[in-house]
Amino acid sequence: MTTPTATRALTGSVHSFDISTGVDGPGTRFVAFLAGCPLRCLYCHSPDTWYRRSGKPTTVDDLITEIRRYERFLKVAGGGVTISGGEPLQQPAFTREVLRRCKEMRLHTALDTSGFLGDRADDALLDAVDLALLDIKSGDPGTYRKVTRTGRLAPTVRFAHRLAERGIPIWVRFVLVPGLTDDPANVDEVAAIAAAVPTVERVEVLPFHRLGAAKYAALGLPFPLADTSPPGEHLLDRVRGQFRDHGLTVC
Amino acid sequence: MEHRTAWRGFTGSGWRETIDVGAFIHDNIEPYTGGQEFLAGPTPRTERLWRHLTRMFPEEQRRGIYDVDTHTPSTITSHAPGYIDRDHELIVGLQTSAPLRRAIMPAGGLRMVHAGLSAYGYSLDPTVRTIFSQYRKTHNDGVFDAYPADVKAARRSHIITGLPDAYGRGRIIGDYRRVALYGVDRLIEERVERKSALDARLSAEDVIRDREELAEQIRALEDLRQMADGYGYDISGPATTGREAIQWLYFAYLAATKEQNGAAMSLGRTSSFVDVYLQRDMAEGKLTEQGAQELIDDFVIKLRIIRFLRTPEYDQLFSGDPTWVTESIGGIGADGRPLVTRSSFRYLQTLYNLGPAPEPNLTVLWSPTLPEGFKRFCAQVSLDTSAIQYENDDLIRPAYSDDTAIACCVSAMRVGKDMQFFGARANLAKALLYAINGGRDELTGEQVVPASAPLAEDTLDYDEVLAAFDHTLDWLAETYVDALNVIHYMHDKYAYERLEMALHDYPVHRFLATGIAGLSVAADSLSAIRYAQVKALRDETGLIIDYAVDGDFPTYGNNDDRADAIAVDLVERFMDKIRRQPAYRGAEPSLSVLTITSNVVYGRNTGNTPDGRRSGEPFAPGANPMNGRDRHGLVAAALSVAKLPYRCARDGISLTATVTPDGLGHTREERIGNLAGVLDGYTDAGGFHLNVNVLDRTTLEDAMAHPENYPQLTVRVSGYAVNFVKLTTEQQRDVISRTFHGSL
Repeated sequence: MTTPTATRALTGSVHSFDISTGVDGPGTRFVAFLAGCPLRCLYCHSPDTWYRRSGKPTTVDDLITEIRRYERFLKVAGGGVTISGGEPLQQPAFTREVLRRCKEMRLHTALDTSGFLGDRADDALLDAVDLALLDIKSGDPGTYRKVTRTGRLAPTVRFAHRLAERGIPIWVRFVLVPGLTDDPANVDEVAAIAAAVPTVERVEVLPFHRLGAAKYAALGLPFPLADTSPPGEHLLDRVRGQFRDHGLTVC
Repeated sequence: MEHRTAWRGFTGSGWRETIDVGAFIHDNIEPYTGGQEFLAGPTPRTERLWRHLTRMFPEEQRRGIYDVDTHTPSTITSHAPGYIDRDHELIVGLQTSAPLRRAIMPAGGLRMVHAGLSAYGYSLDPTVRTIFSQYRKTHNDGVFDAYPADVKAARRSHIITGLPDAYGRGRIIGDYRRVALYGVDRLIEERVERKSALDARLSAEDVIRDREELAEQIRALEDLRQMADGYGYDISGPATTGREAIQWLYFAYLAATKEQNGAAMSLGRTSSFVDVYLQRDMAEGKLTEQGAQELIDDFVIKLRIIRFLRTPEYDQLFSGDPTWVTESIGGIGADGRPLVTRSSFRYLQTLYNLGPAPEPNLTVLWSPTLPEGFKRFCAQVSLDTSAIQYENDDLIRPAYSDDTAIACCVSAMRVGKDMQFFGARANLAKALLYAINGGRDELTGEQVVPASAPLAEDTLDYDEVLAAFDHTLDWLAETYVDALNVIHYMHDKYAYERLEMALHDYPVHRFLATGIAGLSVAADSLSAIRYAQVKALRDETGLIIDYAVDGDFPTYGNNDDRADAIAVDLVERFMDKIRRQPAYRGAEPSLSVLTITSNVVYGRNTGNTPDGRRSGEPFAPGANPMNGRDRHGLVAAALSVAKLPYRCARDGISLTATVTPDGLGHTREERIGNLAGVLDGYTDAGGFHLNVNVLDRTTLEDAMAHPENYPQLTVRVSGYAVNFVKLTTEQQRDVISRTFHGSL
C-alpha cells in the first residue's frame, strides 16, 4: 500500500507526545496529543490543548518519523500508538492518515475521543482503529451539558454504536468528579449506555485529580474545580460497583 | 579426583578435572520455566530468627553502629565463632563474635578506622594504633607517599573523587562456589601446583610478586579451613548436601568480609549453583520445598547483616551503609537454555519472607528470552518491593561469558576469571568548566589543570569549546589513571585480597575500572553552546562563573539524536583517552557511567554550568538525564541512555527510574505484564541497566514524615538499594524530585 504524497504532507496541529504505559490503552504506547477540542469540560486537565493554535503544525510524515523512533520498542514491549488530544476527530483527515500509516507499520492503534465529533470519522478512519477509548462524560444529557459546557450526549452514544457495528473494541472511560458526575442516576445511565454496546470490553473509572491546576494558572484561566476534592475510595467503590452491576468489566 | 559421596548423581567430566564451576552448572542445571506457585513462605523458626535481629536494628540506626571490637584487627581467624541464636541457625557464621558487632580492618587505612570509631564514641586500642603507625604501614599511607602533585590537586578540587585510597577497594568477587564444589584441600593443591610451576621461571619482579601472592592465597585457604573448623565444620572436602553447599559457600564469602572492608563485597552468581544441590536433596527425598526455602532464607539473613566500620561522611556519600552484597540471578546460557532455576525464584522470595531490604543487592540478568514465568515474577517483586535491579544479559553474555556476575552495581566480571581495580569516577561537567576557564577551578580560582588560554570570546563557540575540552580530558585521563595505578599498586602491596584472589584462576584477567559523573550536565551544556547562544559571565578576576543562555536547545534524555549524540561522543572520547594510558599490571581499561549516590556530592562541588544548572545543584545519577529535562517520559529517556555504547563503557551504564503503580497500568496483572514488556523493550534497545522503583510519591513523603512506620521501605538509587528512612533529608528530597515519572 502506498500513501499519496498529498496525504504525507497533510499538516495537523500536534500539542505534544509522550510515551506512557498502561494509561491510554494497553501496554506501552506512543501517545500523540492533538491540539483543538470542541468541549470545555470543567475537569479538563489539559486546557493547553483546547485550541488548534496551541499546537505545532506537524505533517503526517513528521509525526510518523517520530513514531518510527519508538516502533521497535513498542512492538517488543507490547503496546502501540494512541491518538489523543484535545480531540483527534477535530482533525479527522490528519488522524486518519496517521492511523493508517501506523497500521501499515503493524502497530496497534487506539483512538482516544469523546465521540462528540464521531460523525466526522469516516469509515476509512475507523478501519484503521484497533481500539477506541471512548469518554462518556455523563449519562444524563443535562449533566453532560453541564460537565462539557459545549457538548451533547447523543453524538457519543451514536458513535459508540457505530464502533460496535464495525466490531471495534471499546474501553469506556468515565471521569468521576464528586458533586458533578457522581450522582447515582447519572452513573447508572452511563453504565446503561455502555452495557448496551456489545463491543465494550471494559470501563475505566478515572478519579478526578487537580494536577492540571498549574496549567490553568499558566494560561491565566480560572480552574472551575479548584475547590473540588478527588473522590475517596468509598465513592470509587460505589461507582465501580454500579458499572459491575450492569455486567461490565471495571478497572 | 573423584568424590563418590559428594558428587553422587552429578554429570559431566570437565569440571572434575579442572576447577570450573561454570562447566559444572552447565552439566547439572535443571532450568525451571514455570511460575512462582511452588514457593514456600517463611517458617516460624525463620521468622523468630529474623525478628531477633530486626529488634536490634533501631538501636543500630539510632547510634550509627550497634557495637564494635576496637581491639582486634580483623583476619579470617581473628574472632571466635559468633551466633545469632546458636541452636536455631541453619547456616552459621558471623564476621565477629556477635551479630552487628563491627570489626576494624586497619590494613586499608588507619585514619578511616580511627575516624569511624571516634564518630560513634569509641577509641582505638592504643596497641593497635602503635602497630599500624609504627610497625605496619597501611594502604592509605603507601598511596599518599606516592601520589604526584597533579593527583593531589585533582583530588582536592573534586574533579576526581571517591578514590579507594583510604579504605578497601572492593569489587572483587571470589568464586565462593569453588569451596562448596571442590573443598578447600583441592583448592590448596591447585594453588601449590601453580606456585611450583613458577619455580622454573627466573625471579623477575613480576614472578616474585606472583609467588608471594600465591603463598598468601594458600595461607588464606588454610585459615578459611580453620575458621570453619571453629564452627564445627570440616570443609577440607566438598559439600555433600544443599545445606552444606550453602554453608561452605557462605564460609568462603564470610572469610572475605572478615579481611576486607571493600566498598563493594559482592557475592557472585550462586542461586543456580546452589539449586543443583537442593534439587538433588529433594530428589533423594531428604528435603522439602519448605526446607529448601528455609535454608536460603537463613543464608540471606546472614547476608543482610554484613557490616563494615565506616565514617558518617562515607555513609553520607553512599546514602546509608551499603555493602553491595550483589547476587546476579537468571540470565541465559551460551547454549540458549535459561539459567533460571527454582532457586532463582527462592532468592527473590526472601524479599517476601523477610520483607524488603537493600541487601543483598539482588540483580536480575534480563533477556527478552527468559521464561515468561520468571519475567513476571521479577516484575511482580519490583512492584511489591522496589528492591531489585536489572542488567542486560544479552549485552553481558557475549562480552564476557554466561557465568558472569555483577560486582557492586553494574560491573560485570566472569566469576573467578576477572577481577577489577576499582576507580571511582571523574567529573566531566567540571572538566568542561576547566576547559572554558583555561584550567582554573570555577569555585576557587585555583589553577588545577596546567594553564591554557581561557576562551576569549564572550559568546562561546562550540568548536573552540570542544577543542579546549578535548585537551582538558587528555589531562584528566592521564591524571586519573595515574592515581589509579598508584592506588592499586599500594593496595596489592598492603591490603591484598588473599582469599578472594585464591578463588580466582591464576593468572587472573584484570580490569582498570574508571568512571564518569556528570555526563548529562556536560552533554546538555555542550548542546546549549551548540544550539543556543551561551554568553560567559566573568567575575572581577576574569574567571567565568556563570552563563547566560539565549534560545532553546535539545537536551539529552528525549531520544533526540542531536543531544544524545553529544553524550555518546563524550563516552567514546573519554574511553579512547583512558585506553591510551599505561595501566598497572597490564589491566584492561574500562569505563562506567555510574555515580552511585555521589551525584549529590559531585553537584555540590561544581559551579554553574552552561546548561543552566545552578552551582551546587545535584547532578543526575549515573547516565540519567538531568531532572526535569526528559519531557517525553521514561521510555524516551531510557532510549537515549540505551544509545550510550556498551563497548566503550564495559563497566556499566546506570539508569534509575521511579514510576507510580498507576503509571504501569490499572490492574496488578496489567502492571506486571507492562513492566516486563518495558524491560524487554529496553533490553532489546541495548539499554544496560535499570533500577526500577514502583512507588507513590505520597508514600515517600509520608515516610519522610513518619519514618517509624516504614522501617523496611527500600528504594533503588543508583545500582543498589537503600533503606529510604536512613537517607539524609537532602537525599530523600533528591530521590523524590529527581526520579519520579508519574507515568512511564
